[in-house]
Amino acid sequence: MSGGSRLNSLPDRGAPSEGQAVTVPAGGEPLLSVKNLTVLLPVETRERAVLRDVCLDISAGEAVGLVGESGSGKSMTARAIDRLLPKGAQVQGQIRFAGSDVTGLAGSQLRAYRNRVAMIFQDPRAHVNPVRRIGDFMTEALRTNLGVSGTDASRQAADMLSQVGIEDAQRRLHQYPHELSGGMLQRVMIAAALLTEPALLLADEPTTALDVTTQAEVMAILDELRGRYGLAMLFITHDLELAAAICDRTIVMYAGQVVEVRRSELLHSDPLHPYTAALAAARPDIGQKAARLRAIPGRPLSAFEAPATECAFAPRCRFAEDACREAVPPLIELDGGLSRCVRVTELRGQLEAAHA
Amino acid sequence: MPSDNIVLEVSGLRKEFGSLVAVDDVTFAIPSGGSLAIVGESGSGKTTIARMIVGLERATRGTITACGRDRSRPARSARDRRHRGREVQIVFQDPYTSLDPRQTAERAIDEILRLHHGFDADRRQARIEQLTDLVGLDSRQARALPRALSGGQRQRVAIARALAAEPQILILDESVAALDVSIQAQVLNLLADIRDETSVSYILISHDLAVVRQLTDEAIVMYRGQLVEQGPTAQVLDDPQHPYTQRLRASVPRPGWKPTRRPQESPRAEQKGGPHG
Repeated sequence: MSGGSRLNSLPDRGAPSEGQAVTVPAGGEPLLSVKNLTVLLPVETRERAVLRDVCLDISAGEAVGLVGESGSGKSMTARAIDRLLPKGAQVQGQIRFAGSDVTGLAGSQLRAYRNRVAMIFQDPRAHVNPVRRIGDFMTEALRTNLGVSGTDASRQAADMLSQVGIEDAQRRLHQYPHELSGGMLQRVMIAAALLTEPALLLADEPTTALDVTTQAEVMAILDELRGRYGLAMLFITHDLELAAAICDRTIVMYAGQVVEVRRSELLHSDPLHPYTAALAAARPDIGQKAARLRAIPGRPLSAFEAPATECAFAPRCRFAEDACREAVPPLIELDGGLSRCVRVTELRGQLEAAHA
Repeated sequence: MPSDNIVLEVSGLRKEFGSLVAVDDVTFAIPSGGSLAIVGESGSGKTTIARMIVGLERATRGTITACGRDRSRPARSARDRRHRGREVQIVFQDPYTSLDPRQTAERAIDEILRLHHGFDADRRQARIEQLTDLVGLDSRQARALPRALSGGQRQRVAIARALAAEPQILILDESVAALDVSIQAQVLNLLADIRDETSVSYILISHDLAVVRQLTDEAIVMYRGQLVEQGPTAQVLDDPQHPYTQRLRASVPRPGWKPTRRPQESPRAEQKGGPHG
């Protein structure tokens, strides 16, 4: 793991330095590479798939959105990457970070890895010890994993709090979580996650529980700090519009599988999978009232409910044909994106129009 | 809408919790068959207003008149309380905690029918089938316990149960917020259908402005306990006047949206000076 050089030269608040390059392994390998990841969890004596054959890459400094409904596997993907799966989980496939496989890491190596791949969650209150002060919580990883002195760690924590827009940082360090609002606490979580100078931030619906105005603030802070530190991000959300607005690329998951990967600016205008198009069309429009919303019939399937012999979305898809029910479609490359739809070539261009 | 057709009137409503003023001098009215959104951030007082209307909180000052009867004071008798239940029903955000885990959808609806209508068994069964059908639950789901149902299905049970009382006013307190997008669209279409088929009025409490646009005709915007803006939903969203509404509108992600940081300010300073109605 790289040392604390960046920690000691944190730019002053309001004077962002240029984004610092993260060490990228030679040969152009992405920062994070997930290949054919399948995860089985024991549920009532049976092994059930929660992820099926998930592949994704994230380059250094890139923001990637991960979108899907309940049971799609988006949170499980992030947990698998950060090695936070529940006990008894069976993991097949490969997860490589900065050139090395991380699926076998343990002990101090695993802690060091998690310093480089930090995670923030939807509900900050569930991920912070309520009886410990903010400063104690924030500096723990620095003190115990990176051997930074208490005084230095506190100074760095205070500095980082200012960077996420929290004033009177010194006072905040002495407060307890219950004394902070949800938006404030989420900013503390972001600051804490950034203290170990990660190269990749896994953000699991970090703004879902926040007010819209607070969400905008937190997103702006994430954006700014990502630019400043060259930080890559996997941003998990159920909100297609939010992902499209802030991420370079967006991955859409359904029933434990990746069904589409697309440059975000093309996600709404030129989607490559009927599910993505249907999801966008089902959302009400803030600009005008629809006579009728285009609901998707049925309900989202979990990975273990999805048939292993056909397209998982076929039962709800208005474009489904016999070909869709013959096998699980492979991911097809098209226009710089990926689609798990056998009809994508003929349907492309119609999808957006069909649902608009 | 003619003004003599008002189903709910709230006037000078105020609620204090100790020294905190949660709701400060709020006045609005809903015509029969109307649909009103209450918009605002957490802590703005919107849920407190709903709780006062259904009778879960008592107003410190002001009046609430539903269906021509005052309900600013607690119900004086079980009969009075039951009567109020028939006028106003509420569907909460979380269908995981608002249903009795030991009661099937059918029995939950049946309980309301017995309590409010005194129908005989045949008529109740017919009504149960009608209501479960209306919210799109099949007969297997109607006989299932909540734990066997998904979040969207549970929320439909909660809506069917609320409608069983045949209320004049249905309060939807973030009732679709926790639903998956594809299910949310189904429930929103259902709510629009029900309003077309009955004379029910909606109060939708929501932070989701797209949902507000889809389901309501009128909107009020709450900010720190005060009503800061009100008008037709389309007008409030397309041409917001109050700085808070403007900021709210600008915070909604959209293509090309760039989130911006607001300059730090002292939390109470901005409350002054805003027009409020």
